[in-house]
This record gives sequence, C-alpha cells and structure tokens, in this order.
Amino acid sequence: MDLIYAILSPKLMSQIFVGLSRTVILFIVASGLSLILGVLRIPNIWHGSLYMVGAFMMFTISGAFGGGSVGFWMALILAPLGVAFVSLIAERSFFQHLYEREHIMLLLLTFAFSLVFGDLVKMVWGMEYKSVPVPQIFQGSVHLFGGLPFPLYNVFLLAIGPIVAVALWLIVNKTKIGKISRAAAVDREMVGAVGINVSWVFAFVFIIGCLLAGLGGALVAPTVNVSLGMDQTLIMEAFLIVIIGGLGNIWGALLGALIFGLAQSLGILIWPQFGIVFPYAAVTIVLLLRPTGLLKSTW
Amino acid sequence: MSKSTLGGKGRIVGGAVLILLFLFPLFLPRFYIYLVSIILLTGLLATSLNLPLGYGGIFQFHHAVFYGVGAYGAALMITKSGLSPWIGFVVGPLTAAFLSLIMGFICIRLSKLYFGMLQISLGSLVWIIVYRWYSFTGGDNGIHGIPVPDVISSQNSAYYFTLLVTLVSLWALHKIINSPFGSTLQGIRDNPVRSAMIGINVKLHQLVVLVIAGFFAGVAGSLFIVVDTAVFPDMLFWIFSLEVLIMCLLGGWFTFLGPMLGAAIIICMRTFVSGFTDYWTLPLGILMILVIFFLPNGILGYIEEKLHGTLVEQTVKE
Repeated sequence: MDLIYAILSPKLMSQIFVGLSRTVILFIVASGLSLILGVLRIPNIWHGSLYMVGAFMMFTISGAFGGGSVGFWMALILAPLGVAFVSLIAERSFFQHLYEREHIMLLLLTFAFSLVFGDLVKMVWGMEYKSVPVPQIFQGSVHLFGGLPFPLYNVFLLAIGPIVAVALWLIVNKTKIGKISRAAAVDREMVGAVGINVSWVFAFVFIIGCLLAGLGGALVAPTVNVSLGMDQTLIMEAFLIVIIGGLGNIWGALLGALIFGLAQSLGILIWPQFGIVFPYAAVTIVLLLRPTGLLKSTW
Repeated sequence: MSKSTLGGKGRIVGGAVLILLFLFPLFLPRFYIYLVSIILLTGLLATSLNLPLGYGGIFQFHHAVFYGVGAYGAALMITKSGLSPWIGFVVGPLTAAFLSLIMGFICIRLSKLYFGMLQISLGSLVWIIVYRWYSFTGGDNGIHGIPVPDVISSQNSAYYFTLLVTLVSLWALHKIINSPFGSTLQGIRDNPVRSAMIGINVKLHQLVVLVIAGFFAGVAGSLFIVVDTAVFPDMLFWIFSLEVLIMCLLGGWFTFLGPMLGAAIIICMRTFVSGFTDYWTLPLGILMILVIFFLPNGILGYIEEKLHGTLVEQTVKE
C-alpha cells in the first residue's frame, strides 16, 4: 500500500509532468539536431544559438504585436520562420561548401557561428533578461490528481510535443522530399546520379532542422528568463539526447528527451543539490550499455 | 625545443624567441608577464590536445576536463591535505592522467564522432559534479587564494617556473611524437585497419596516448594554480574544450608548435579586443570561419606549405 501511495504521491506526479513538459522542449530542439546530424552529418553546435535567437525573436515579435494573445500566436509562427530564414542564408553562403570536409571541421565551423551569433544577440537584444508573457488563455493552472497545481501553459506544451513528432515523421517518411533526404543520408552520390539536386535537398533539411531549434526557443520563452548563454547548456543536452537516442533517429530523439527530462525532474526530487547530475549519469549509463544509442542510427 | 620542421631559419627564430621568453621579466610590465604565463600554459594544454587529435586522429572533444581536473586535484590536495604544495603539483597531473585512463578505457571502443560524444557526456558528468559539490570543490565559486610554495610565489618566479615546466613538457611531447611510438601513432591515424593487420595493438596505443595527453593537460592545469592561485569550474566546461580545439586548428594541427601559436593568438585577441569592446567572440568567430575556408591547415601549416612547396599529406581521415 505504501508503495502505491508513494507512486501516486502528488509531488511525484507533478514532478513527472514538469519533466514531461521539459521533455517536449528538449525533443523539439534535439529532433532538429538529429535530422541535421543524420542527413547532413553536421554536428551543429550553432543549433543552440538558433534556439536562443528563436526565444529572443519571440520576445521582440510578441512585443511588437502588443504582447497579448495575438502577439503570442504571431510570434510563435514568425519566430521559427525568422530563424529558418537566417539558417537558409548561412547554409547557402557557408555550410554548403564544406559538406565534404571532416566532421571536426564542420563542428568547429558551427562553433565559430555560435561565437558570432552569441555576440550578435548581445548587440541586438542587450545583456538584460527578457521575459515573454504567457498569453491570456494559458494563464492559471489545472489541478492534478493530488490537487497540486500544474500551469496551463505546460499542458499546452504537452499537446504540442506529439503534434511536432507526428508532423516531422510525416514529412520525413511520407513526403517526396523527405524520402529523398533519407536516401541522400544513405548515399548522396547515388541520389545525385539519378538527377536530383542534392544541394537543395540538404538545404531543405538544414532549414527544417533549424526551424525546429527556433520553435523550441519560441516555445520555451514564456517559461524562462530569456537570456544570453541559454544556448550553452541546452545544446549540450540536445547533443547527448541525440547520441543516446541514435543519430538521425527521430523516435530516438523522443526517447532520449524522455530519459533526460524525467531524470532531471525526478533527480531534483530525490536529491535536490545533485538533481542536475542525474540526467548526465543516465546518459552515461545508456552509453555504457549501448554505445551507439538506444535505437537504430541512420549512419 | 627543436624546430626541425622549419629548417635552419626556424632554428634561429626559435632561439630568438627562447631568449626573449627568458628576458621578458626584465622589461615587460606585470600584466604582460601574467599574460605570457597564461599563454604558455594554455599553449601547453593545446599542444597536449594535439597529440591525440592531430597526431593520433582521435576526436578528443573534451580535453579541458583533464586540465580542470588536474588543477582541481592539485588545488584540493594543497588546501585540504596540509601536505607540501609540491605534492599537490604532482598529484594534480596524476589525477588527470588517471581520469584520462578511466575515461579512455570506456570511450576507446567507439570511434570518431561517437568517441568524442561519449567523452563529452562523461566530461560533463565530471563538470557538473565539480560545479555542484559546494562543500568539497567550492561549487561555482571555485577555490581562491591557493597557497603556493614561497619559491614560486612572486610573479617573476612563477613566470620562470611556468616557462621551465612548459619547455620541459614540450620537449617531452616532442620526443614522444618523434619516437617509434609516435610514428606508430601516426600510422594508426592514417590507416587504422592496416596498422592492426601488421600486429599493432591499436586500442592500446590510443589509450596510452590519451593518458599521456591527460597527464600534460593536468600539468597545464597545475601551472594555472601557480600563475593565478585559483581554480573555477569553467576550466572544465565544454566551451573551453572547443576553444582549445580552435587554438589547434588556428595554429595548425599537423605542426608541433601550431597549437602554441594558436593559443598565443587567441589569448592576445581576447585580452586586447575585450579591452575596448564587449564583443570579442564575434571577431574570433569570423577569424575561425576565415581559417576554416582559407587556411584549413592553420597558420604554421600554411607557412610550412609555402616553404616546402607542399605539406606532407596529412589529413584527419574520416
């Protein structure tokens, strides 16, 4: 009886829900990273900066529309698109020339981009924290089984996660360009040989991936202080999630995000001071048992 | 320190640089002495990274962990044990080497990107523990005011100590690279399968090189205590690892002294650019993009290419 009570304890349940809403953000960012890593083979550290840019754009755009519900919805659509546009320019002018280079060069190139963007964000938005208001309809909270309040906005996040997962799965598996991009991941020369412009396929995949980073940043903005440096821990977490899930595997990214998000929220419950250690420990254990990730990688 | 790669002219330049390094304290102001000390030890860190990275072809993505753990090992030994600080300076590098052995043992069965990623995840685990364990490591404040032996506590003597240890370490690294072991290592980098076929124990060689690199990173970390008398968790954050990687790339990672040059350039840039503007990562990023596009072999690699017509075919293989 005690055990059942412990399992159903409201504190634990609420912590699990907090972990799940964190999972959604992690999944959205990590799935974009995984897509880019799987198809283009770029370990894209710049991804974290784009997440940050997405959050700052959310602040600016929702402010420009008056900060109300309209502003929120406009920003939620426009901020990821803005990030996608920035990534399109970067891909066409820089990344596309380096696809044949070693991974480590691509890693450093994306790191160089993240250095540049770290300063650009500082120039455009300044050093102060920014906060994005939660829109009217998501203010307040619902009461879970035990009566602990759970913010409505997090419920919204929990609904967004599956939508993004299914949409991404449909794009990659059911559309023509998705199928081409999967083929290009396996053998880009062969895809080029049958007359497909691989370069633009890669650009498409890169933009979709970066759009997801922007979406993740836009979605997280109302729940945190939007600040410089928010990219640095997140990109690390996203990388670890992609690795434990299996490179390039979208469901792997979901699984990895679940492990990471839940380990984080439950860890805080178990041992507050070292709660943040738990997800890293979980990742390490997974990698010790399955060094190439839980699910099949596309490499 | 041999400059064999650059021939006779290089020897003269190298000798002049050495003499200058020894004379610096006579005419440079205090701040610059500090700066040169930091450059020397960071250059040693970058050179130690270049051993597995440039010569071994191993994706050592999180080298700063060994630097930080070396520094923390020495700092904790000095502040907590009450033994002579000199013992701390020995314990620091040995701790780093030991950590490198454990992490290498776990990571070595993977190759390339997976190796680097597993190393980053293990390294982050170490970082987060150091970052949160307030009662032992001081958490995000780090440890300040670490007592160093009187002999090396003044700034000039700290500088000479750093210079000597760096030179000895560079000499040792140079010996290792030019030994049969070093040649085997480069053989493994260029063709691991063939190396394994002719009876070389590839994994063992890689593990040994990781431990050596970890040890010298720990030496650099201990030197940081001598110069700065402080340690803080940012020393083992992954961003710093990538900065060290950038130093190797900028100077040229197929040349012995390239990483040292890269460290000097980046540290000077950070110091002087951030002196008159808040934005110093922007110029660094732009510089890196230019180097990746136009000087993929780094500055010294480019000079060598010009001097010898072509650079000996050395690339990190996929």
